[in-house]
Order: sequence, then structure tokens, then C-alpha cells
Amino acid sequence: MTVQDAQPKSLFAAQEKIYPQRVFGKFRLIKWLVLGVLLGLYYVMPWLRWDRGEGVPDQALLVDLPGRRAYFFWIEIWPQEVYYFAGILMLGAFGLFLATALLGRVWCGFTCPQTVWTDLFLFVERWIEGDRNKRIKLDKEPLGVRKIGLKLAKHGVWLLIALLTGGAWAMYFNDAPTLVREFVTGQASSAQYGFIALFTGTTYLLAGWAREQVCIYMCPWPRFQSAMFDERTMLVTYEEWRGEPRGKVKALGAGGEKLGDCIDCGLCHHVCPTGVDIRLGQQLACIGCGLCIDACNGVMAKIGRPTELITYDSLYNQAQRAANLPAKHRFIRPRTMLYAAIIALIGAAMVLSLGTRSRLDVSLQADRSPIFVRLSNGDIQNGYSIKILNMVREDAQYDIKVSGIEQIRLKVIGQPGSLVSVPGDSVGTFRMLLHAPASALSDDSTPIKVTIEDQTTHETSSHDAVFRGPAK
Amino acid sequence: MAEVERDLATGVQTTGHEWDGIKELNNPLPRWWLLVFYACVIYGLGYTVFYPAWPSLSGYTKGILGYNSHADYYTDAAAAAEGKKQFTDRIETLGVDQISQDPQLLEFSLAGGQAVFNENCAQCHGVGGQGLRFYPVLADDNWIWGGRLADIEQTVRHGIRNADDPEARQSLMPSFGVDGLLDKAQIADVTEYVVSLTGAEFDAAAKDRGAKVFAENCVVCHGENAAGNKELGAPSLTSNIWQFTGDRAAFAAHINAPRHGVMPAWQGRLSDDLIKMVTVYVHSLGGGQ
Repeated sequence: MTVQDAQPKSLFAAQEKIYPQRVFGKFRLIKWLVLGVLLGLYYVMPWLRWDRGEGVPDQALLVDLPGRRAYFFWIEIWPQEVYYFAGILMLGAFGLFLATALLGRVWCGFTCPQTVWTDLFLFVERWIEGDRNKRIKLDKEPLGVRKIGLKLAKHGVWLLIALLTGGAWAMYFNDAPTLVREFVTGQASSAQYGFIALFTGTTYLLAGWAREQVCIYMCPWPRFQSAMFDERTMLVTYEEWRGEPRGKVKALGAGGEKLGDCIDCGLCHHVCPTGVDIRLGQQLACIGCGLCIDACNGVMAKIGRPTELITYDSLYNQAQRAANLPAKHRFIRPRTMLYAAIIALIGAAMVLSLGTRSRLDVSLQADRSPIFVRLSNGDIQNGYSIKILNMVREDAQYDIKVSGIEQIRLKVIGQPGSLVSVPGDSVGTFRMLLHAPASALSDDSTPIKVTIEDQTTHETSSHDAVFRGPAK
Repeated sequence: MAEVERDLATGVQTTGHEWDGIKELNNPLPRWWLLVFYACVIYGLGYTVFYPAWPSLSGYTKGILGYNSHADYYTDAAAAAEGKKQFTDRIETLGVDQISQDPQLLEFSLAGGQAVFNENCAQCHGVGGQGLRFYPVLADDNWIWGGRLADIEQTVRHGIRNADDPEARQSLMPSFGVDGLLDKAQIADVTEYVVSLTGAEFDAAAKDRGAKVFAENCVVCHGENAAGNKELGAPSLTSNIWQFTGDRAAFAAHINAPRHGVMPAWQGRLSDDLIKMVTVYVHSLGGGQ
């Protein structure tokens, strides 16, 4: 090799534009149905009302950030209970693991927002610019009035959908009718306009421009999805043993070599939204949507050959079929059982915790400066801050009791006794002073217990704390 | 045309520059990077035109938008004050006793008073009123000038031994040694008497002589049983809590030439509502009466 032979090497592969072709069939129908249901839910949910009484938002689903509350129908979540979101995320993750172990990339192919909105945007593109061949031709044309018109129309509709999408997202965080009114009349806050613009922009960019690039380069999920698969997982597969060697349909009658069922029409490749050729085997870019199955089945039916050359099957079954052995689906496997058990466990814990959760929460914090003071009669005094969260709508009165040290005495600032009142749906902050004779303390830190009791429901909340004193 | 040389390993063109046998490769910055860079330059130039930017000898360029971050701050501060007005208005009209009786105003005052205290008082009295050497603890129950809300408010407003305010609390213990009011032996005796009040070991004979000296010179302010007098700001000598060190040498030094702590007046520096809030806060620290 001479110096002049060396060629520049680039690590960057330029995007090859994909023109997915229209297709009809079983999986396409499922995808339309799923898309309809999901988008319907997404756009309609913020408009559902749920009467919670006066002065409380009546939106069924609302994350009220300024008000520090999240409402899900009859469930009300306080910031202190944000762990419920962690539970939901865990359920989501294990749900995804289970679905993937059973049915492969059903999430990617049918329900992922990126897939759903890209599908919708592709529908718009096909409706305005025509199907695959027309779009390829249009993109090759020099810029003219017709081309500019079509492109403007497409991007206009895309932006409109993106705006509706971004707007609907903001409605989950604001009262929907109010937001729409304020948005239209120019009275919404700059933060609201900013966030709607942000979600509109990202929807437009991701679903309109980035499309399969998100699945192939940005999304982490394809990278570790293969860890959820095994040979029994249902996947979009090509029956290589039946299809190869492939050849043109005309070459068949000519005799000579024996050809497989695949006629190399390339339709499975053309309909793929991520530009995959499934005949090359399992690959990261395949989102398992099954559109290639629909395309191939159509072709097989037309040329009078058995369908399901590309099919939804497990790798184990494919190996069995190739060897002419019986194939059988097996959904109950240690892996799937484990995922299901974890889901059941987390789900049960969540339901149990939601059903029995206390609507009284207390946080207790000891003063750090000074840790303790000596009073003029020699007693030791400690100061504490107490926050009592009254999560019901009615005002409540609580009694504070302290135990753990004999002769310990309690004083609540601003209160004659140990009773404090907290209005409904709010947090009461109190300062509490405890003092005890130095002789009653055995150590520089004595454990005590502070118990708050609701005077009406007699619900209690106990907290361990320490009483600090001089070193002995 | 000169022949372009390519690097053998990477196939990248060289620039023709060579240092000590090391050739520089021509790897230009990616175009998107340059475009972002140019966009930032344009943005930066635009910013200096639209917003205040360039300093000059007599000020700075104002920018054509008329934006000013100071004005922004004052708007925000005014909005915040407006939000607090429902509380501060009531605090201004009510007395400290009434404020501490109202749960809402109490909570508001404790939070606000803490901020005022940490900003203005904690330097001497310590965060949380824990006290520092020579500065009294505010978290215990020992009050030289009284620990009722009204007493604390009076102290906060006018200060202690503050020459600028005629209403300031004044009290001066005579310099018994320096001014020759007592001789060295009498000081030693009365010191022994004070030591006896703390529960430490003492010389009984000297203590008895000291008691007599105490009765003649100190009882006027510190009282018969040395329990102090809050009217006069004379501290109790029996409480085991000492603003200055509580040992023999410190007592003797104090009788010889006492230290007199000074606290500034906060009236005029803090607004009326802030004085009331910090009063309520100090009262809550632990020792309010």
C-alpha cells in the first residue's frame, strides 16, 4: 500500500432516507386500532372531569405542580408520597420485560409513542405526497411550485399535529379548558407557551424528521432488549429454510435450479418503517411491527404460495420447522414466571399501600444549633420542629405526646397545652420544646418517642427521636 | 498542482506542515460545529446590541430593549412583598402578644423572624440563639432584662447601653477595684461569696466576710439573695448560667473592672413588622417567659 492509496475512513454513516410503502393486512390493522385507542386516550384524558369538592381541581388526571398535588381520579398524591411514581415506573419496567420476553418487541412496534406518532406522520406524508414511488420521484424533482406546495402542506399538517400533541401534554399539568382559553387569547404564561413550544418542536422533529433514527441511534431500549429475549420469544422471523435460495418469479418455470418461496420482490424491505431487510436475520433496527409479514403474505397469496414466509414465531420453532420437527409455543417459562411474579408483588404492594395509607404524616426535626441548652434550674432543654401533614379536607386537632424519659415536659410554642390544630389539606408547622432534669438523662443522647394522635379519628403517627444532653 | 500527501494510517490529507518529523493532518472542524459557532457569535453580537453589555467610563451601554436586571429584581421583590402583605399588614397593627396568639401570624413570624435573626443577630448571638462567648444565650430561660415579649421587643428596638438611643437599656456595674471602691482583700472576699453561690468549693471564712461586702455594695442591684433584678438589668448570680466565664478569676476580674456588653438599636434599621417578627422568633427559641 502506498501513501496515495490510503482512503479517508469515516465513522459516520450518512442517513439513508427511508420511504415506507403502504401495506394492508393483519398487523397493519392492529397497528391502526392501537394507534386510534392510544391517541384517543392521550387527547381525551385531560378533558375528563372528576368532582372533588370546592376549591379543588376537578380534572380527573392532573399533576398540579404549583399546588404540589397530583390527582388520579380518586387518588390524591402529595409530594411526600412521590414513591408511588417509583412504583409505577417499576411496574412499567417489569411489564415491558414480561411483554418482551413473551412477544418480543410489541412495545416498540405497536405502542411506543415514537412509533405511534411516526406512523401518524407517515400517514399524513403518504396522504399528501403519495406512496413510496411518488415520494421518491418527488424528492428527486427540482424545486418547483408543486413540490413546494406539497412540502409546505405536509409540514403544515405535521406542525398542527405536533401543536395538538404538545398542547395536550401541557393539559396534564394545567386545567385543560382554562389552558386552551388562555392559549388562544394570549393570556397563558410564558412558561406555558415555552413548554408547549418545546413539546411541539420535539414532536415535530422526532416524529417528522428523526423517525427511525430515534429507534436505531437514540433509544437505549433496543440495546438491552436482547437480554429479555430467549429462543422461545415470539419474534418477526424469516423462514430462511423455506425461502432460500430466492429468485425472480419468472426464473421458476425455466427449470434448472430449484428455488425457494422468496421471489426477492423486496416488498418486505420497502414497507419497513426502519428500513430493515428481515431476511438478513434478527437485527437491532427491527422494531417487530410485523408490516413485512403483511406485505409478504399479500405477495405469497398473489403468486399462489403458502403464506407466512415471514412470520411471527420463536427462533426455537423456526429451528424445529426447518428440521421438520413439531413446533410448539411455550409461554410459561422461568423467565416469564419471574417477571410476572415481580409484577404481581409490586402491584400488590402498591394496592395494599394505597388502600391503607395514612392521611396523617409527620416529620420531626431536632434543632441543630444549639443541640441543647441548660436552663437556670439545671434542667436540659431541646428544641424540635414538627410538620404535621393533614391530608384530608377536614380541619383536625392533634395531641402531641412524648415518652421515653421520665419527667420529660413538653411545651408547644403558641399553645397552652399539647393540642395543635391543622386546617384541612395543609401542613402545620410547630415548634416544640422538651425539657428534662439532667438527672433523668443516662447518656448524652437518650431515645424518645413522639406520638401524634388525631383527636377525631384516633389515628396515630409515632416517631423515634433523641433527646440530647451534656456528655456524662 | 502540487501533489497532495495523505497519511498512511488514516488516509487523511496532510497540511504540509511538519515539526520534528511529525506531520500535521488536515482534519477540519465539522461543518455543523462551525455553523453552531457562527450562530453563537451572531447571537453574542445581537445580545450586546439588545441588552446592557459594554462598560464605559461613566456607565454602560443600555441596549435597545431597555431591559435591566435591577428593575427585574425590584419588580419581583415588590410582587413578593405584595404576596406577604396580608400578613405584614396585620403584624404592623397588632402587638407582639396578639401576634403570638394567632396561629397563622405566629407561623409566618417564626419563619420570617428566623431569616431576620440569621441575617442581623446570629453574628453575636449565634444561629438558633445558642450564644457566643460574651454574648448571652437566647435559647435558655435566663433573661437579664426580662423574657416577656414586650421586654424582648424593647431590647430589640432600643438596644443595650447604646449611647445613641435615650430609651436604650442602661446599667453599669461600678468598677469596684479600678475606682478604689473596694480594696483587694474585699474583692477577694466577695469573689469567694459569689463562688459559693455556684456550688463550687470555697473558703468559708472568706465567704462570710464577702457576704458582708456583698450586702453593703451589691445587694442594691443584684438583690438580697443575689437573684438579680430585671428592671435594672442586674443578672442573677445563682442561676448557673454565666454570660462571661463562671470561674473565680473571671468573677474577680469582673468585680475589679466589669465588662459591659453593648447591643445596637434595631429601630430604624429594621422595619416595624420585622422587629415584631424577630421578637416573636427570639421568644420562641426556648426561654421566653
